[in-house]
Amino acid sequence: MHQPTTEPRPSIYYNYQVHAPWLPSQHAAQPRHKVVIAGAGPAGMVAALELARHGVLSVIVTPELQVSQGSRAIVFTRRSMEILQQVGTAQRMTENGLPWRFGNSIYQGQTVFRMEAPHDADDRFFPMLNIQQQYMEEYLIDACAAQPLIDFRWGNKVTGVEQRGDHARVTLDTPEGEYVVETDWLIAADGGRSDIRTLLGLKMEGASYEGRFVIADIRIDLPLPTERLAFFDPVWNPGNTILMHREPHGIWRVDYQLPPDESPDDALKPESLKARIDAQLDMIGFGGTPWEMDWSSVYSARTLTLPDYVVGRVLFTGDAAHLLPIFGVRGANTGFQDAQSLAWHLAFVLKGLAGEKLLANHSAERVGAAREIIDEAGKSTRFMAPPTRGFRMLRDAVLSLSRTQDFVRPLYHWRTSRPHEYTHSMLNSPGDDNALFTAGPAHGAPPRNIRLGADDFLLDHLGGGFELIYFTDADAIPQPLRDVVAAARQRGMPLRVTAVGAAQAVQGADLTLADAHGHFRQRYGIPFSGGAYLLRPDQHVCARWLTLDATRLQAAFNQALPQ
Amino acid sequence: MTTPTLSIPDLETVYDVLAQAIDQAGPEKSELFLVKLALLNANALGRAETMQQHIQAALQDL
Repeated sequence: MHQPTTEPRPSIYYNYQVHAPWLPSQHAAQPRHKVVIAGAGPAGMVAALELARHGVLSVIVTPELQVSQGSRAIVFTRRSMEILQQVGTAQRMTENGLPWRFGNSIYQGQTVFRMEAPHDADDRFFPMLNIQQQYMEEYLIDACAAQPLIDFRWGNKVTGVEQRGDHARVTLDTPEGEYVVETDWLIAADGGRSDIRTLLGLKMEGASYEGRFVIADIRIDLPLPTERLAFFDPVWNPGNTILMHREPHGIWRVDYQLPPDESPDDALKPESLKARIDAQLDMIGFGGTPWEMDWSSVYSARTLTLPDYVVGRVLFTGDAAHLLPIFGVRGANTGFQDAQSLAWHLAFVLKGLAGEKLLANHSAERVGAAREIIDEAGKSTRFMAPPTRGFRMLRDAVLSLSRTQDFVRPLYHWRTSRPHEYTHSMLNSPGDDNALFTAGPAHGAPPRNIRLGADDFLLDHLGGGFELIYFTDADAIPQPLRDVVAAARQRGMPLRVTAVGAAQAVQGADLTLADAHGHFRQRYGIPFSGGAYLLRPDQHVCARWLTLDATRLQAAFNQALPQ
Repeated sequence: MTTPTLSIPDLETVYDVLAQAIDQAGPEKSELFLVKLALLNANALGRAETMQQHIQAALQDL
């Protein structure tokens, strides 16, 4: 029998709420579900919320009775915030998080590289926002609770998965024993140590690095701005790297590399943590400042992915699908993109709007994203925690040169998580005008946000289906285009038409944005009336035209929803 | 494109200066010194491909 702890986890800043377990004896017999999601972390909950938005009911099961132990993921990128805006939690994140955009690499007391993440007037969200994972999860749990299409089950642990051709049989253990559910699809969002991955005997591909890092959260009053601090080869920890980040509630994350021969158990002993944190505070000039420990953990960098995220009736997402190094904030930030992608692809298959090919596309796109991240993150990891003598020698040479030589400083660049561009997606329309554009988001790219007015941005208005953005100064969308739109909607395709560039409401559009100064058209590379963009339900571009006609619009719909 | 090479007197100068610099760096820091030097030279060379050829040539007959 699965007996999750009912004790609230310890924390000096977060008040854990323990939820009641969901017990099968208190509920009627189970019908065959459409979607069961294993895991109530960021990927699982965003998948459920996006599925619900597409009208698909899902069951979330989690072995726990409360949110994540410790702060874990603390840095969220702009694209993550744009995705969380879609599921309704971005405002609470913004209200309670700490925005930032500068990163400092420090060697021998000198800031040898300063990263400035671009922040544009057209962006609603900062490049980065720091907030502890417990809050991020709490906001998502509240959003799930408010969503009638999500059946949330605390205290339910997956102990068996059987592939049955057109469905999966899932055994769940609870505090009163096991029960079985059948589901058309099982989403494995059960994290880096995925039980489902183990149950199915799946192997990940890639590399593991030996360097181990301690993560420690302390409460301390430091008069420093919210910026990333990376210390290379500090006097108290020669050859190794230390990272520091400010979190809300006066908490600082201190993240330091261990000597190769030290065990995680030794590293997490209170006296060991204290000696190192004191040494770090001393080095930055705050020795003797009182501090209090909240949580600590050890991790090592891995760059691993499953080669396919669709395994029979099981769909892997987030850390269950891949393990990415912490450098560059790639865990949760990648998980949000995975989940958003998975949800719409799966919803459209379940609703019969596309064939199962669409799920193969999801897997190809997201495995491609993971491999790109692995390539980039591998470079950061080899610099932060050199895996061999050769890499260490080069890193040390760069540190030494960086005090006087500008040309090596970009090697410190912290390649931050960014949205993958699905440049070669099979959903991109081959017959459009993509190649003729000189500006604007290209095939497969996420959208460029646009400031429309005070507290009013383009992405506030998008989401939930396909988006046709039609640029015109006329008073109506041409009838042949409206006919194609009407026929697509008739077949059940969720599709919103937004007209941009006319002062009055445009007939045939669901929404008209005036764009009086032509700023939107300029950023999207639209030289004259009649151009258009088609965005997928994850807002990535799948077609764009300088001059849209009905035939090519229909072709783009057919391409985006393969049967 | 012709590649400039060192005259014999210049090669002899580099020979002496490099030897003295390795001694000055000392046994513990000479590798670090040489890697720094290689990166500076590679940047001045401005061609990753040429650098790779030099690396292959230097790896021979070790």
